[in-house]
Amino acid sequence: MSDTHAHTVAYVRDTMLPPEVPPAAERGVIRWMRANLFSSWFNVLLTILGLAVLWSLLAGILPWFWNSVWVADSLSECREIRDALHGTGEEVSSACMAVITERWNQLLFGFYPQDLYWRPVAALIVFLAALGPVLFASVPRRLVWFTAAAPFLMYWLLWGGSIGGPLAVALGFAAAWGAFVLGSRFSGALAATIGAIVVPLLYWLLLTGPVAGLIGAVIPIELQFVPSKDFGGFMLSFIIGVAGIILSLPLGILLALGRQSNLFIINKCSIAFIEVFRGVPLIVWLLTASLLLNYFLPPGSNFDLMLRVIILVTLFAAAYLAEVVRGGLAALPRGQYEAADALGLDYWKAQRLIIMPQALKISIPGIVNTFIGLFKDTTLVVFIGLLDPIGMSNAIRADTSWQGINWELFVFIGLLFFICCFSMSRYSQHLERRLRTDHS
Amino acid sequence: MSTVVDDGRQSFRPSMLLYDTRYRSLTIQVVAAILIALGMSWLLWNVVQNLAAQGKDFSFGFLGQRAGYDINQQLIDYNSNSSHARAALVGILNTLLVAFLGCVLATILGVIAGVLRLSNNWLVARMMTVYVEGFRNVPLLLWIIAIFALMAEGMPQPRDFREGGDASMVLDSVAITNRGIYLPMPVWGPGSGVLLAVFAASLAAIWAFRRYAHKRQEATGEILPVLGVSLALFFLPAIVFYFILGGPVSLSYPELKGFNFGGGLHLRNSLIALWLALSLYTGAFIAEIVRGGILAISKGQSEAAFALGLRPRRTMSLVVLPQALRVIIPPLISQYLNLTKNSSLAIAVGYMDARATLGGITINQTGRELEGMFLLGLFYLVLSLLISGVMNIYNASIKLKER
Repeated sequence: MSDTHAHTVAYVRDTMLPPEVPPAAERGVIRWMRANLFSSWFNVLLTILGLAVLWSLLAGILPWFWNSVWVADSLSECREIRDALHGTGEEVSSACMAVITERWNQLLFGFYPQDLYWRPVAALIVFLAALGPVLFASVPRRLVWFTAAAPFLMYWLLWGGSIGGPLAVALGFAAAWGAFVLGSRFSGALAATIGAIVVPLLYWLLLTGPVAGLIGAVIPIELQFVPSKDFGGFMLSFIIGVAGIILSLPLGILLALGRQSNLFIINKCSIAFIEVFRGVPLIVWLLTASLLLNYFLPPGSNFDLMLRVIILVTLFAAAYLAEVVRGGLAALPRGQYEAADALGLDYWKAQRLIIMPQALKISIPGIVNTFIGLFKDTTLVVFIGLLDPIGMSNAIRADTSWQGINWELFVFIGLLFFICCFSMSRYSQHLERRLRTDHS
Repeated sequence: MSTVVDDGRQSFRPSMLLYDTRYRSLTIQVVAAILIALGMSWLLWNVVQNLAAQGKDFSFGFLGQRAGYDINQQLIDYNSNSSHARAALVGILNTLLVAFLGCVLATILGVIAGVLRLSNNWLVARMMTVYVEGFRNVPLLLWIIAIFALMAEGMPQPRDFREGGDASMVLDSVAITNRGIYLPMPVWGPGSGVLLAVFAASLAAIWAFRRYAHKRQEATGEILPVLGVSLALFFLPAIVFYFILGGPVSLSYPELKGFNFGGGLHLRNSLIALWLALSLYTGAFIAEIVRGGILAISKGQSEAAFALGLRPRRTMSLVVLPQALRVIIPPLISQYLNLTKNSSLAIAVGYMDARATLGGITINQTGRELEGMFLLGLFYLVLSLLISGVMNIYNASIKLKER
């Protein structure tokens, strides 16, 4: 049979052909373009529209930036330099970036004394170093102690004065910890908790001043004091934003727990607080802080506008965070709570070991979005007279030599915020990936 | 015989208030209530003291007084002789106007951007990513100021529209100038009420017809041409009656008079800048919500629909959209709420919203900052509670019914 077969078939290939190169339309750039840009008539239309929009945007922006003048003393000088370079015939679009090179220090630091710029920069370095152990798992755990000390160090670097003040306040936290340890050794968990709340409060109310003076006398290290009204520019936004972020997270978690709690009064108070703060725009709260706060304080008392803003921003962000965390708590399966109960954990232990790690993990995107929102909202302080970057840009534009300049300042400020907010959102995506425990 | 002695109830010791879980929650609540009450009364006491020290009282009588200031954009009749309450109402309406316009435009932008970000067109998807990230990561205030500057300094002056000037009106009816945008405005002549009534009646008819068609389809399986009939009902009666009544509604076109435009509808720069910035900014957030909603529907759902023989359009409208909307709508409404609250940034461009009238000029003129800010806060609070109340009802109605 096989013989006949061999005779009837004229030719049998006994080797494989080498694979052919795909046709020109199905490979390389052309294939990619066909698949991603011109796959259907609708996509062709979209691509053409997109290219048109892109062209019109770039045609406006690129020459403007390309022809920019980087060194000049005023807008009119910028124009003169531009005309000298490109001729006066038709108007060439050209950015006057000289305003940035001339005034970058005000946009970044406000009216902070020029010779002390090293201090905010040092505070920023301390801040970044302190972030390390919190944000990245690869940094040694022991550095958390540095993170705990960093806020006091940063405060001292920024505002200056005697080192006694921040140290004395920090001692309050040490006192709280001491009271907790002693209380739990000699009495019970409850007494320890009460002690850890009452002892530092009493200390801060009564003893901080004398202790600060004492430490100042013993360790006479002092930096030149800089009042809050000299703070400005991006530094101000950054300080308010970071302080708000650090302070609002614990408060927001507490509020979320309060809202989930079945203790009637605490539940209702948390709901009222959250709804009132979320329902009213931040700008109304800021105006309240600047116009009305004196009504709510004992007659004659007055305190720093910047501190008021930080408190208000913190409360505002905490209300939003509370809702985000509540979403995380609600998303946890009921079995997790029941398992914690079955193990005999008390409320706080269950929260700390079982509930919160999972709930916070679920709510990371929302938490970071709230932080980004808070950071962007710090620009609103311009309306109550603080000189944030937008306030500084208004001040610069009010100067006769820079009158009429807009876009250069807007682009610079926008870039500063974009870098900070974009890196926050990227970090949150990284964190989500790192904490993912499922297998998909 | 065994007897059960109920020890716990008879021998109550004070320490049980702390160590017995039955009583501890009560103790905590009482302590919290006392602390909160103390704090509140301390604040109130301070307010009373401070008011007394300044010789002020707490009353809302100023609302009835003559306002004495002008508002450059009014939806209802108002002049400087009207009361502060009416000024506040004008401001509130202006807030609601820009919030409504902003919500509409933001939804359109957001849906387009969100869908295009998922498109398989590489260029457009990248451009939408740039739009979303760019607007989400830069403060809204900066966008408002930037768009305001673009309007005020980038657009031609009204005098450029004169003969020989280098600017011209779009379609001879819309003028975009550095003082705002001038649009044709409808003038409601006699008989326009009838026209409006006809239009309202045709809307009602569309609703009734769709209901009838749906019922019929449920009962018999026949599908009526809903879209065509709806469109016909929408346009035909109004057009027919427009000509029967002899054109009761006409358009007043903006015309150049001297150095400025007259006639037509004038949208001020402040409104345009606020509206566009709010819409673009919120649209970027809505785009992410829409994208997330579409991605949240597993591929198996549309595959199952195809397996049942549904065509792509029906799959979209009957299977994918209803489920995606369940994911999209709650955060969408909270974005609407954010937009409404963000409209208080009108302060940056001088748009006369509730903050500017009630919380601004009125406070400055009467010195009633406590009452004014209280009312302003109350307005925003009531608005957001209303919207979130509606949202809660909606959420409950679309909640997945499991077990």
